[in-house]
Amino acid sequence: MTRKQRRLTMIGGALCVLAIAAGLVLNALRDSIVFFSTPAMVSEKKIQPGTRFRLGGMVEQGSLKRGDNLAVSFTVSDGSATLPVTFKGILPDLFREGQGVVAEGAIDPAGVFKADTVLAKHDENYMPKEVADALKKQGRWQEGADGKPVIGVSDSAQPKPVVTQ
Amino acid sequence: MIAEVGHYALVLALALALIQATVPVVGAYVRDAALMTVARSAALAQLLFVLVSFGALTALYVTSDFSVVNVVENSHSLKPLLYKITGVWGNHEGSMLLWVSILALFGGLVAAFGANLPLSLRAHVLAVQAWIATAFYLFILITSNPFLRTLNPPLEGRDLNPVLQDIGLAVHPPMLYLGYVGFSISFSFAVAALIEGRIDAAWARWVRPWTLMAWICLTLGIAMGSYWAYYELGWGGWWFWDPVENASLMPWLSGTALLHSAVVMEKRNALKVWTILLAILTFSLSLLGTFLVRSGVLTSVHAFATDPTRGVFILLILCVFIGGSLALYAWRASALKQGGLFAPLSREGALVLNNLFLTTACATVFIGTLYPLALEVVSGDKISVGAPFFNLTFAPLFVPLMLAMPFGPLLAWKRGDIAGASQRLMAAAIAALIAMAVLWAWTSGGASLAPLAIGLAVFVIGGALSDLVERTQLFRAPFATAMRRAQGLPRATWGTVFAHAGVGVALIGIVCETTWNTEYIGALKPGGVATVGGYALRLDGLTQQQGPNFRAQIATFSVRNGNGDEIGVMTPSKRNFTARASSTTEAALLTRGFSQLYVSLGEVTADGGQSVRIYHKPLVLLIWFGPLLMAFGGLLSLSDRRLRVGAPKPAKQARGLQPAE
Repeated sequence: MTRKQRRLTMIGGALCVLAIAAGLVLNALRDSIVFFSTPAMVSEKKIQPGTRFRLGGMVEQGSLKRGDNLAVSFTVSDGSATLPVTFKGILPDLFREGQGVVAEGAIDPAGVFKADTVLAKHDENYMPKEVADALKKQGRWQEGADGKPVIGVSDSAQPKPVVTQ
Repeated sequence: MIAEVGHYALVLALALALIQATVPVVGAYVRDAALMTVARSAALAQLLFVLVSFGALTALYVTSDFSVVNVVENSHSLKPLLYKITGVWGNHEGSMLLWVSILALFGGLVAAFGANLPLSLRAHVLAVQAWIATAFYLFILITSNPFLRTLNPPLEGRDLNPVLQDIGLAVHPPMLYLGYVGFSISFSFAVAALIEGRIDAAWARWVRPWTLMAWICLTLGIAMGSYWAYYELGWGGWWFWDPVENASLMPWLSGTALLHSAVVMEKRNALKVWTILLAILTFSLSLLGTFLVRSGVLTSVHAFATDPTRGVFILLILCVFIGGSLALYAWRASALKQGGLFAPLSREGALVLNNLFLTTACATVFIGTLYPLALEVVSGDKISVGAPFFNLTFAPLFVPLMLAMPFGPLLAWKRGDIAGASQRLMAAAIAALIAMAVLWAWTSGGASLAPLAIGLAVFVIGGALSDLVERTQLFRAPFATAMRRAQGLPRATWGTVFAHAGVGVALIGIVCETTWNTEYIGALKPGGVATVGGYALRLDGLTQQQGPNFRAQIATFSVRNGNGDEIGVMTPSKRNFTARASSTTEAALLTRGFSQLYVSLGEVTADGGQSVRIYHKPLVLLIWFGPLLMAFGGLLSLSDRRLRVGAPKPAKQARGLQPAE
């Protein structure tokens, strides 16, 4: 083989692998990404039962009910709409009523969001970033109303460590 | 006083970095040896001042000086000493200070051990290091000063995030940064080579040990982070394809590619232009990782602060260095001479294949990590790209890579004999087939992918051992001869064997853990028994205990195996940290061979039961044992006489009078 042929073989091989990888990526992006919605967006976008998505919002005060075998149900609200959620399992350390939550799952035909994961993606103010952004967008976010512990430092850039899921 | 000393030392380090960034370049341009040697003393002095600065911050933490904002926000006087020290980098400002300290450390190492480098190359390398350092000193001093005082000091600090109060914080960030920042050396060498327009095999021989060192640290850092997440977060998961994890995986993938292409460059003087590009890309990905983690665009335990000015500043650094180096590459790469020829089926060809798959896999991780960010900016839609995406893209690309892996070391340079290599891999292939058949029969009806993946892993391990058998002539020559040959083998060869086998070992762990993991999630009352994976766990009781800065609720489980013999006691707990009003879950682990039982606590249910998660994770420890083997292989390779840091042997002549090249 000449130098040129060798180079062509290699470039051809590289292009093949890249094409396969591009195919894999496009295929995976079509099937395996999960959108984020708040209860209001759920009714707006008419998300069909069975479609997986991430639901974010605030856990409504007094809505948390515990059943047998670690079954729990609570209501997620974004101020303008609410959605009932059921979950079976252990809730993360930072799950609280009146605080933000992100749950992944799908709506069943009865209109109840069946979560298979409740994410502990919070900062110490119990506020997931997605939820905060969504609420800010809807004008329902009040700065300072988040129960942030106040100490003698007036620094707007207070560290907000967060727990990953 | 201490805070001011630390701050002042950091400013002085910046001044030294500015000198180091300019004077040697001018010296190289006018070929003045004296100006070029300034780089060396400047780098060493810079290291000294950064260490003073870092030491000052550590002292502030150890003495709990609550007049410093950073200490107030991240420390507590009751915190154990270890966490006071590790808390130094358990926050944004301190971790950036650790970042520049390690950068200065590497610069200092090049200065100290680079006596045998051509003078102008050393001057350029250290100057490029200083450019990076200058950018990050400015970043710290302008946006993230850790020495800021507060006007009215509180009596007590706000304590460190409880999740970070763990021995993992002592190991994971420094290791990871040693890896991230270590790649700055290969970057500086690459940029220096482009500036000089000259590159040869000797260049690769200098770059390889540095890359290898960074790679070892990054491997250990990632593995440590994974194990930490596994036992600390209480979910039993060890890899979440979280953007922050991906940020560390990307430089690892391209760094692994760089490691292999540098071999081709050193041995065969080929792939020069590609190796330079990889060196630039690897450090660019390290910078990107720093940006993703430090700018607050991602929410995670790593994002300490979300201050937009910081994000913009790091983004600026990112653009200048990545854009600048790539532009320089586009402009100068053609000046580098092409090297040796090789057939596609050869050791070089195999290493090209390795590079191709590693960089493509890296690209898929890149897309999966940045696509959600890009989409949010463009359309406002929030999406999450999780494990399913990476299972569909990353995994298929790793299969051919692992299939090809055992062939590489068995092929000759320049022109390889694929039939001969296949023949020598026959034993490994047969072992893999047997493993697959046995697993298939044993788990009939179960997951069909798992036996295939285990077979692949056995093939990789068998292939690594075949290489060893081949080189020592074991089974063919008398045993004593084989042993003598084994002793005579270069350490780099042993390194390859261990590192490649490590990949297979890790794969076995990953497959076993994900496929045959059993779990029990439920509520137990004292006296209640849960059976998981053939073990019976009995909840003996619940107790309370006071820790230094937390209150712990502890559950005691006695564990019996299938025969009813008691094999141990497990005490998972939940800790409530008063200073931050937050709690952490301390999982209990019971190791049986390479498998583990894992218990973590949930909340107490209404009827007085304790909710628990219990997992049996077969061969889970292999997931981290694999990377340990890889890192050990890297260490062996690093200790090879040929590659010792600072190699090759310095010439015994007066160096100062040499004309600059």
